[in-house]
Amino acid sequence: MGSETKEIVIISGKGGTGKTTFTAAFAVLAGKVVVADCDVDAADLHLLLNPKVLERHEFWSGHEAVIKEDLCSGCGVCQEFCRFKAIIQKNGKFVVDPFSCEGCGVCVRFCPENAIEFPERLCGEWMISQSRIGPMVHAKLLPTAENSGKLVAVVRKASQDLAKAHGIPLILVDGPPGIGCPVISSLTGAHAVVVIAEPTVSSEHDSERALNLARHFNIPAFFCVNKWDINPDGAERLEQMARNHGATILGRVSYNSAVVTALINGLTVFEMEGESFRLASREIKKVWNSLCEFIN
Amino acid sequence: MIIAVASGKGGTGKTTVAVNLAFVATPRPVQLLDCDVEEPNAHLFLGGQPAKKKEVSVMIPSVDEGKCSGCEECSNFCQFKALVVIGKTVLVFPELCHSCGGCRLVCPEQAITEVPRPIGVVETLQVRDDLTLIYGTLSIGVAMAPPLIREVKALASREVPLTIIDCPPGTSCPVVESVKGVDVILLVTEPTPFGLHDLTLAVDTIRTLGIPFGVVINKAGLNYSPLYDYLEKEKIPVLGEIPEDAAVAKAYAKGELPVYSVPGYRAKIEEIFRNLKAMVNGLEKM
Repeated sequence: MGSETKEIVIISGKGGTGKTTFTAAFAVLAGKVVVADCDVDAADLHLLLNPKVLERHEFWSGHEAVIKEDLCSGCGVCQEFCRFKAIIQKNGKFVVDPFSCEGCGVCVRFCPENAIEFPERLCGEWMISQSRIGPMVHAKLLPTAENSGKLVAVVRKASQDLAKAHGIPLILVDGPPGIGCPVISSLTGAHAVVVIAEPTVSSEHDSERALNLARHFNIPAFFCVNKWDINPDGAERLEQMARNHGATILGRVSYNSAVVTALINGLTVFEMEGESFRLASREIKKVWNSLCEFIN
Repeated sequence: MIIAVASGKGGTGKTTVAVNLAFVATPRPVQLLDCDVEEPNAHLFLGGQPAKKKEVSVMIPSVDEGKCSGCEECSNFCQFKALVVIGKTVLVFPELCHSCGGCRLVCPEQAITEVPRPIGVVETLQVRDDLTLIYGTLSIGVAMAPPLIREVKALASREVPLTIIDCPPGTSCPVVESVKGVDVILLVTEPTPFGLHDLTLAVDTIRTLGIPFGVVINKAGLNYSPLYDYLEKEKIPVLGEIPEDAAVAKAYAKGELPVYSVPGYRAKIEEIFRNLKAMVNGLEKM
């Protein structure tokens, strides 16, 4: 890899395996880094990094059909053409169900009375912030909003611009759960993917799909088993599976309630005092060091 | 009755609660729908006979180059930038297409037809005589989950008295699609800052949709008071607390069902279900 800024995305498939905890911990260890929270549906990284918001931007994306009652003749053409069952009848009048409308514009185009307006939709906001670790870009999708993949793309673009402007060599991306649109948007074109798994049947299933997704987009994958000691046989199976998918194993981290204690204090384990925190710190640092070996 | 189990944050215990509930809830038979099609997990905890498997496709445009005049009506119309015209060639980007059919309708040359594009499968598992699971699996590389979620729900029986839906995490389109038309939502949270924060997002979403809901606190025991303060302030009914228990975590890790393997767990799930029913009955009387 060249000298350009490197973008590393942390995903898991299944939620709750430790993505955000690892992203924050890696960021503390990296030092010079831009952090991007791409879990725009349920962003949590700010709870650990407590950033000060410097810039706030509205995120407008897509459109939404709105029937103007006074112009509507009640012909029902819109309902007939809509594939999303978004045109419903309320008290004998046709209205658009905003939760079903995908903003395709078919009804707008084919309404014989031109009675359907098509305003832009406000889907959320994104922020550039300063955290105690460094610059951070994060976002908040409005409840029930669409276009999370596009918002992810906006967050990544802003992180890349920040990294370039400040000469920062690394971007750490906290990815969303799943394998669908926001995850694909988080990892396309990235330099590496780190999959955080846990030895449960669900995570065995889901982390394999996450690795398959990385392979689908030809992105080098790294693998770490979190809470490995709750099921050592499962941890062994996970690593074998990951190797079979061409991933590089970074190491294991044991189950440690100190991580949650640190979280409740809004800190990473590196910023806490005590033996249990030191143990968690040592293990995560080992994982980070092996990742650095491969990346640099 | 249709109950959705959702959470906002992933990993709080949605699937565990949904699956265990499916074994104890009444009236029976029960059908369980796994709408987390990006990462379906319920089937991992359930044995049973595979009954049906259906390939699911969405319709995407196919352009007849012989008829296409390169007028760009289709690409100008498409809100999703799924068609790009270069000279007289139309490039179709299937992963961006929402299958609205608009391009076919606006093409003045009638050069566009629609062809199926496979996005995943929906499978039915007969777990027991009184329990059916229907679950969707999105293919790797496919971006849009909602069409597959719609298919899972479309295959559900209208005759079964009780349906339980295991939802995907988050607050956007896949969740909205999953909870559409349900009678009540059971939100599973955990007493941590992440659990609380994502719960508040889920509550905002559900309130926007106007669906009744109650909360289950999973992995309880951590005395994280901000969660309890929030629930009290927002007057959100707590349907039950499931204590943090290493035995449950171990059972889950191995794909076992705690209602059968962990003492006291079944009673907890039964209590949650009773409270949920009482809440729904109370709402109906209002």
